[in-house]
Amino acid sequence: MQMHQKDLVGIESLSAQEITLILDTADKMAEVSRRPLKKVPALRGKMVVNLFFENSTRTRSSFEIAEKRLSADTLNFSASTSSLQKGESLVDTVLNLERMQPDCYVMRHGSPGACQLIRPFTKAVLINAGDGAHEHPTQALLDAHTIRQKKGGFRGLEVLIAGDIAHSRVVRSNIFLLTKMGAKVTLCGPATMLPPHLDSLGVRVTSDFDRALEGKDVVMMLRIQLERQRKGLFPSLLEYYKYFGLTEERLKRADKDVIVMHPGPINRGVEMASEVADGPYSVILDQVENGVSVRMAILYLLLGGGDDEASH
Amino acid sequence: MKRLIKNGRVVDPASGTDETLDILLEGPSIADVDKKIAAKGAEILDAAGLVVAPGFIDMHVHLREPGYERKETIATGLAAALAGGFTGVCCMPNTDPVNDCASVTRYILERARASSPVAVYPIGAVTRGSAGEELAPYSELREAGVRAISDDGHPVKKSSVMRRALEYAGSLGLLVIDHCEDPDLAEGGVMHEGEVSVRLGLKGIPAEAESIPVLRDIALSALTGRPVHIAHASTRQSVEAIRAAKKRKIRVTAEATPHHFTLTHEAVASFDTRTKMNPPLRPREDVDAVIAGLADGTLDVIATDHAPHTYEEKLQEYDRAPNGIIGLQTAVPLALDRLVRTGRVSLARIVDAFSSAPARILGLENKGAIRVGADADLTLLNLRKEFCFREADVLSLSRNSPYFGMKLKGAVAGVFIAGEKVL
Repeated sequence: MQMHQKDLVGIESLSAQEITLILDTADKMAEVSRRPLKKVPALRGKMVVNLFFENSTRTRSSFEIAEKRLSADTLNFSASTSSLQKGESLVDTVLNLERMQPDCYVMRHGSPGACQLIRPFTKAVLINAGDGAHEHPTQALLDAHTIRQKKGGFRGLEVLIAGDIAHSRVVRSNIFLLTKMGAKVTLCGPATMLPPHLDSLGVRVTSDFDRALEGKDVVMMLRIQLERQRKGLFPSLLEYYKYFGLTEERLKRADKDVIVMHPGPINRGVEMASEVADGPYSVILDQVENGVSVRMAILYLLLGGGDDEASH
Repeated sequence: MKRLIKNGRVVDPASGTDETLDILLEGPSIADVDKKIAAKGAEILDAAGLVVAPGFIDMHVHLREPGYERKETIATGLAAALAGGFTGVCCMPNTDPVNDCASVTRYILERARASSPVAVYPIGAVTRGSAGEELAPYSELREAGVRAISDDGHPVKKSSVMRRALEYAGSLGLLVIDHCEDPDLAEGGVMHEGEVSVRLGLKGIPAEAESIPVLRDIALSALTGRPVHIAHASTRQSVEAIRAAKKRKIRVTAEATPHHFTLTHEAVASFDTRTKMNPPLRPREDVDAVIAGLADGTLDVIATDHAPHTYEEKLQEYDRAPNGIIGLQTAVPLALDRLVRTGRVSLARIVDAFSSAPARILGLENKGAIRVGADADLTLLNLRKEFCFREADVLSLSRNSPYFGMKLKGAVAGVFIAGEKVL
């Protein structure tokens, strides 16, 4: 069993078998991170460029750790949008980097489809670390890894994703992955943050958070960006918390074995009470830990790290 | 110099003609139209098997000169127009400087006359600098040769300004053309808001961002009694609004582009920026409504919205790339293949949409008809000829077309302008 595609641009084009392969491989990778010497030579001599056109401490650090644990050489290329406006296009940036013979780009970019734009201009493996509000496949995979760890599988699982659905970079990849694996997905948020036509993605959509929570096995909360309130998408943070904030009391409506997830960074007291974030149902920090294993697995599978070298 | 076009299938929507006839051209005019004309000394062209139509006029073209000569020049744009079968084009005023005064209009006309036999009808701005506030000097523009005004691409936001433009320009006989887009509702959008935008995470523009100003313009046309022309109608709502307005005898006319009757928003899933235009590509339901609108004449005209952009401008992130595609060389084959060959729109209606309708809307009295005394501008079509557009065939300076490699049946077979065979 191997990956059928050269790149990981999105979940939409992955098969259920490929997703399972990545998660199984991540299980093996987790062991490496618990060794006293946290390093295997799988990607020795491979060069990975972390190409980040948007700020991202969490995703970038997670990738960098994964790359280092596999012994890859890394180059961190951070370009703010403003330096792009000074002149060099995305394609030119890639054409220049290409001559440094990278084996892989990990790219975060603010525009949906940025990976599709550069794909014709590189021979290297391309891993999407988030393209605007389009896909963020490694986040969805680490979320899936966490769900599988805690719940054993996906089939028939009731999953609620709640918050700013419209602007989220993680929600689409999660929808594609969870529906592919047989989970039932409900989306909830203020109507202004639920774009029309979401139901065409095979999910249920509601603005009634209390009812949406009922019987859920997994509750995934999304970050509310404070500027959305200024843009008139909801009246006030207090009102948001009142109707869409996850409190201990509210969480009682969910299944007794519910897990609470969040892609981070969390806004305590906005989308979620501290008691929930730090409480017994929260797996938020497991997600962070699993992020490294999943990214190791993806790098290993796509960069062809040889036959089972990771377990040596 | 006399020229005799023999045995062609003459399709003249103005007179309802569709039969095999000969046409005698004398100087720049049509001297005779009849069965079996015998003209001594005339140069004879056998048009057997070809359709002979009034010269095609494209009401919506961006020639980019002055100011954006890296995208297109008047000379290259008109070369593409001629190859595409057009004997005349209207050029939009969003040049640099904007065509909001007589000197710019005269410059465009001089450059056009020096470079091509294709007639250019410059469209003036509605407001100074197309800034949406003060009215442009309409009388001066009209005297310089402007027949219609538009702030295309920077649509007139204020209803009060639109009302005054209709009143003032209308009284001078100038047609107001509006690119209908509610800028607030469309803000930040880069494609149609629907099932594809929600999947791609690209910000959508709802269909209502077009239909709301369409309804406004219809209401203002009724209020002022002046004609308004809706540019590139692309939604079912717009088509229905225009159809209803026409039933009420409101003086509204409208156009559709070839991309809005051939492509749907599914094409955007490739993130190919040659699928990015404004108005955006729409769902199948809207495409079908546009085709039905062309078939029943609700949408009077086919116009290209030919919008050249350079390679590097289009080779950008989808949400950064400029809107628009070139269209002059593909419009006629697309209409013949996708609308006529499929039986969805009659040949007579397509010829009307390309010739008689624009001539009528623009008030070009001697154009758009094949009759004695009319200008000898003709477009010849071969409905059986295969057409495949390749990048090497592009005569525009820019190559932003989504149609390369597509096989179409139906092609332009010749063009006469002012009695001369120019293609």
